[in-house]
Amino acid sequence: MSKGSGETPPLSLYVPEPEFRPGDKPDFSNVPIPKAGAAQRPPVDVEAGDIRDLAYTIIRVMNREGEAVGPWADALTDEEVKEGLEDMMRVRAFDARMTMAQRQGKTSFYMQCLGEEAIACAFSKVLQRGDMNFPTYRQQGLLLSTDYPMSDMINQIYSNAADPLQGRQLPIMYSSKEHGFFTISGNLATQFMQGVGWAMASAIKGDTKIATAWIGEGSTAENDFHAGLVFASTYRAPVVLNIVNNQWAISTFQGIARGGAATFASRGLGFGIPSLRVDGNDYLAVYAVAKWATERARMGLGPTLIEHVTYRMGAHSTSDDPSAYRAKEESTSWPLGDPVERLKDYLIKRGVWSDAQHHQMKEMLESQVAEAQKQAEKNGTLHDGPHSSPATMFDDVYKDMPLHLRRQRQEAGF
Amino acid sequence: MARMTMIQSIRSAMDVAMGRDENVVVFGEDVGFFGGVFRCTQGLQEKYGSQRCFDAPISETGIIGAAVGMAVYGIRPCVEIQFADYVYPGFDQIASEAARIRYRSNNDFTVPMVVRMPTGGGIFGGQTHSQSPEALFAHISGIKTVIPSNPYDAKGLLIASIEDEDPVMFLEPKRLYNGPFDGHHDRPVTPWSKHELGEVPEDHYTVPLGKAAVRREGADVTMLVYGTMVYVAEAAAEETGIDAEIIDLRTLLPLDMETIEESVKKTGRCVIVHEATRTCGYGAELAAIVAENCFYHLEAPVIRVTGYDTPYPHAHEWDYFPGPKRVGDALKKVMEAA
Repeated sequence: MSKGSGETPPLSLYVPEPEFRPGDKPDFSNVPIPKAGAAQRPPVDVEAGDIRDLAYTIIRVMNREGEAVGPWADALTDEEVKEGLEDMMRVRAFDARMTMAQRQGKTSFYMQCLGEEAIACAFSKVLQRGDMNFPTYRQQGLLLSTDYPMSDMINQIYSNAADPLQGRQLPIMYSSKEHGFFTISGNLATQFMQGVGWAMASAIKGDTKIATAWIGEGSTAENDFHAGLVFASTYRAPVVLNIVNNQWAISTFQGIARGGAATFASRGLGFGIPSLRVDGNDYLAVYAVAKWATERARMGLGPTLIEHVTYRMGAHSTSDDPSAYRAKEESTSWPLGDPVERLKDYLIKRGVWSDAQHHQMKEMLESQVAEAQKQAEKNGTLHDGPHSSPATMFDDVYKDMPLHLRRQRQEAGF
Repeated sequence: MARMTMIQSIRSAMDVAMGRDENVVVFGEDVGFFGGVFRCTQGLQEKYGSQRCFDAPISETGIIGAAVGMAVYGIRPCVEIQFADYVYPGFDQIASEAARIRYRSNNDFTVPMVVRMPTGGGIFGGQTHSQSPEALFAHISGIKTVIPSNPYDAKGLLIASIEDEDPVMFLEPKRLYNGPFDGHHDRPVTPWSKHELGEVPEDHYTVPLGKAAVRREGADVTMLVYGTMVYVAEAAAEETGIDAEIIDLRTLLPLDMETIEESVKKTGRCVIVHEATRTCGYGAELAAIVAENCFYHLEAPVIRVTGYDTPYPHAHEWDYFPGPKRVGDALKKVMEAA
């Protein structure tokens, strides 16, 4: 070791900070928003290295005039788009109602996905029966855009007597194998690796099913994310790896997890995984990219990494108050707009939708949610009960109850 | 019947399981072409193809996380962690995921997987190749923890674990791979070919999880042991002439509480031996179970003989290892008590 010249300055730790904090006036004019239609649409058998640009840009389809433009503008019929709009509006109505239910003391906790509805709702349209999502807690759109009964979701949120999970899970941690929705874990990122393993199993068995794994941008710092990329890359697993970048991990801005990388999507390039960045508030763009990526998986071409660029308009959860750490007007200043409003504008521009129809649909969905809530409340709420019998607490820890648990159940008097 | 080492019987278990059920897959670090650093998977890739037996990246999170996903899919992964000491990066996937998926999904998803790992010391592995983390697993509800002590049990227990519907941590005492070991490290090694439990059927059979085996019947004191300590206990009983009843637990969870309680009520004395560190070790649980259920039958305090609460030292391996002298002293002490 040399003695050193003593001429270098003392080191200091760099800690990234978001641009705006409470009291600041947010200005996102420096965030580059590429023009809709500008990004290339490569063939699905492309090599990751040949589409490096797509990991740094934002693939967008709807322009400011509400038109679908460019190579990613897919052939969705007007009816399909209307259905997509309805899905998103259903999620929004559901979230509003459940947030209110939590405030009314009917349950302990809720998480909404306000502003992020397009991502799960559009993605679910390219999945088939038998495929499996490994979601985070903010992909309720995956269930609410299928025929999964809304009242069962509310039964789960209320941990009531009809809760499909018997009151064992925190509200919103749904599970439905039949609907391709893997049981949600509160331990972040674990599902990302599991989704890759599930996809590997489909390939080992010679089946045709594919998996999608979901993760928030903050949790990409977990080792499961990196392990997932290695395994997906090495074994060319039939999986679509989704990062939902909603800018905030509770109070921590995305720069803390991203570090010196330009984008989260670019993380995939080092693994040789085709990586795309998409406007997560553009239903048509998410749909097109999801279709492209799932096609790759189904054809045995391996994994795709997608960064959905969006913004968490609401609080992290009902236990959180974002006014303590971010500027108040951030959500309204966010340059990618509101996914519901944007799709509505598109349909109006197409001449197949109107403000009146929109209003009518909103009311219809609100009453649909209210009706489901009414049905669920017949089975009880968290605080007023009834709940499943406490004896069920000891069931399903193992397939067969071992002696020590039988003794504990007896001791508890059940 | 054939004479097998524990390595061969573990390999035979996977071979039989893979032959009977095409859903059984085996992977881990170095387990594919090479057949594992301890050679437990040797020949499996050649026989069953690289889609069913393959090398994994050095990522325990990845290996165990992938196994969880595969088990959820409906196939039966039996993965190898190269040393139990390396399992910690995958701990979240075990404790928070594999263990709870059946429960939290109300049986919608289940995780029939096995995580195999060589455990324990006695091979001069130093602090990163000698640990015994079984208590960490036994503490987690929703997984099973198995530790065989001989080739016959290893094969039967491993097949039972692979066929089990719940996740199983399968700890293989590496000092027993090639022969029983009683702690007399200065004496010649005994091979399994000279031991009756080295007789292993080549075909399918199971040893049920949750059932202990009485290795030696005795009237004076009950010894609760598993893995390598079975042979240390046998040596200690022989060398002290104390008529010990030696119970090989085989499965730590679910635990065969009935066999333990019956024996302690008969002998009135209990010595617990394990190689793992003492504080909050599995012996603490055993001692508590004995105290709770057999207190009025006890004629002496329950004694634990264990590894010390230090990292496993390299040069001082045999000072750390709970050998027959220390175990014999404990037997004498428990017999001297009023």
